[in-house]
Amino acid sequence: MKALSINNLHKTYPNGFSALKGVNLEVEQGDFFALLGANGAGKSTTIGIISSLVNKTSGEVSVFGYDINTQTSLAKSCIGLVPQEFNFNVFEPLEEILINQAGYYGIPRSLAKQRAEKYLKQLQLWDKRREMARELSGGMKRRLMIARALVHEPRLLILDEPTAGVDIEIRRSMWDFLKQINNEGVTIILTTHYLEEAESLCNRIAIIDKGVTKEQTDMKSLLSSLNNETFVLDLNTNDHKIPDSVEGCEMILIDNSTIEVNIAKTHSLNDLFDALSRHGIDVMSMRNKTNRLEQLFLNVLDDQTQARNKP
Amino acid sequence: MTFSEQFVAFKTIVIKEYLRFMRIWVQTLIPPVITVALYFVIFGNLIGSQIGNIGEFTYMQFIVPGLVLMALISNSYANVVSSFYGSKFQRNIEEMLISPLPNYLILIGFISGGIARGVIVGLSVLVVSLFFSDLHIHSYLITIIVFLLTSTLFSLAGIINAIYANSFDDITIIPTFVLTPLTYLGGIFYSIQMLPEFWQQVSLINPILYMINAFRYGLLGVSDISLSHAFIIIIGFIIALFMFSLHLLNSGKGLKH
Repeated sequence: MKALSINNLHKTYPNGFSALKGVNLEVEQGDFFALLGANGAGKSTTIGIISSLVNKTSGEVSVFGYDINTQTSLAKSCIGLVPQEFNFNVFEPLEEILINQAGYYGIPRSLAKQRAEKYLKQLQLWDKRREMARELSGGMKRRLMIARALVHEPRLLILDEPTAGVDIEIRRSMWDFLKQINNEGVTIILTTHYLEEAESLCNRIAIIDKGVTKEQTDMKSLLSSLNNETFVLDLNTNDHKIPDSVEGCEMILIDNSTIEVNIAKTHSLNDLFDALSRHGIDVMSMRNKTNRLEQLFLNVLDDQTQARNKP
Repeated sequence: MTFSEQFVAFKTIVIKEYLRFMRIWVQTLIPPVITVALYFVIFGNLIGSQIGNIGEFTYMQFIVPGLVLMALISNSYANVVSSFYGSKFQRNIEEMLISPLPNYLILIGFISGGIARGVIVGLSVLVVSLFFSDLHIHSYLITIIVFLLTSTLFSLAGIINAIYANSFDDITIIPTFVLTPLTYLGGIFYSIQMLPEFWQQVSLINPILYMINAFRYGLLGVSDISLSHAFIIIIGFIIALFMFSLHLLNSGKGLKH
């Protein structure tokens, strides 16, 4: 059984704007699924429909086999949502927000208190449990929304840009936490603009563009479809001249000790290192110029744009 | 959701709503009591002593039911409209909308919060009125039923206003332009028997007149309106507003895109 199945989903707003023009998605149980797309591509509308905050125009959506229209209550019970915008009552204490959220799912108060303690502790918010939500920092508010989404222990957790505006340290700790709950069996759907985040966390990916699913595959296959990679090399030239070219590579001189190399994936990096070594140059460090997924994401969108522009 | 899960969910909304207005009790419970106490002093005591009796009751005794009900109406309404619109404005209503809670439970939960605040304020005003007049409650049953039905009705009206409201200004329109005039013209300070025939007939289209008179019957045993007519009107309005509110919630009006 699929954790999420979306078939030919359409959404047209009352002002006539078509946000979704045929989204199809299949998310397997246990997936850590990245849903990517440019701003306005339709990611949040799709999530809104899955979580019953947006009425769909047509199409079918089912969560763990439960249709969101005919088996609404069962479908909703399976979902935990971390929306893009803060949407808790800022005048309520953290613990109360979690206990109330659990209550809406029919979880008795005593159990809700235990769950609130568990998730507030896991997300390092327990010390703040009696503080009003408005007193939290941005990163804490993001973590509060994750704790709230988990308090009824959903099978499918949907996170709409959960690390937006969060510093690197907190982002990394959130990644660790999300990996942990995914390992415990929770299926996760993540939208993010940090493609490095999607690449390091997710095993499957879909790209939505202008309300249509453009790509849906597993992360490994997608990344392996990259033919070239660009590296930035920091060199110790030992006063030797950097060669103008190396066979099989495109080289650009950035400064006296840095080069940018575009190399086919079929070409061994050892050839490059050997060639530089022959010229008496040592490679001190090397890094990818761009995130690999970012390049692929742009490729997919570029392909679509070119296809549209063809006469 | 099973019945016991629904009960837990309902209890959660009621506790949440109760804590909401109790957390700010200085703003929610005290001002209406002070306002009505001033009415008792000025209209009941100072001016009322110049007016004399209405029927077999002093003017102070006559206005107590209307003033108690006015406090109940405005507080039931204010509680629900501000809470529901506040939840909509901050978008924390989405906490309920994404959960398996059926819409009728959301509705009943908010109404219960409105009833709780309306009844607490109403009872407080009733207690304050004892400092100004002797009250011997004619029928506890009718008094309690009218108390609960009226606060239910205006809690529902509060939800409808909150659903349609697009700004905090919008939630003051109905209290200012509808509720206050209808309440003042609903026979709080006078019996409609004192009006010319034409205005007596006009007064009969004011639903608040029926509530005030039914409540006055419960407290004093007198009413300008037949009790059965009053109950039919109140219950009819409750059913109509409940169905309309539920329809609005089901359609997602003002809440979903």
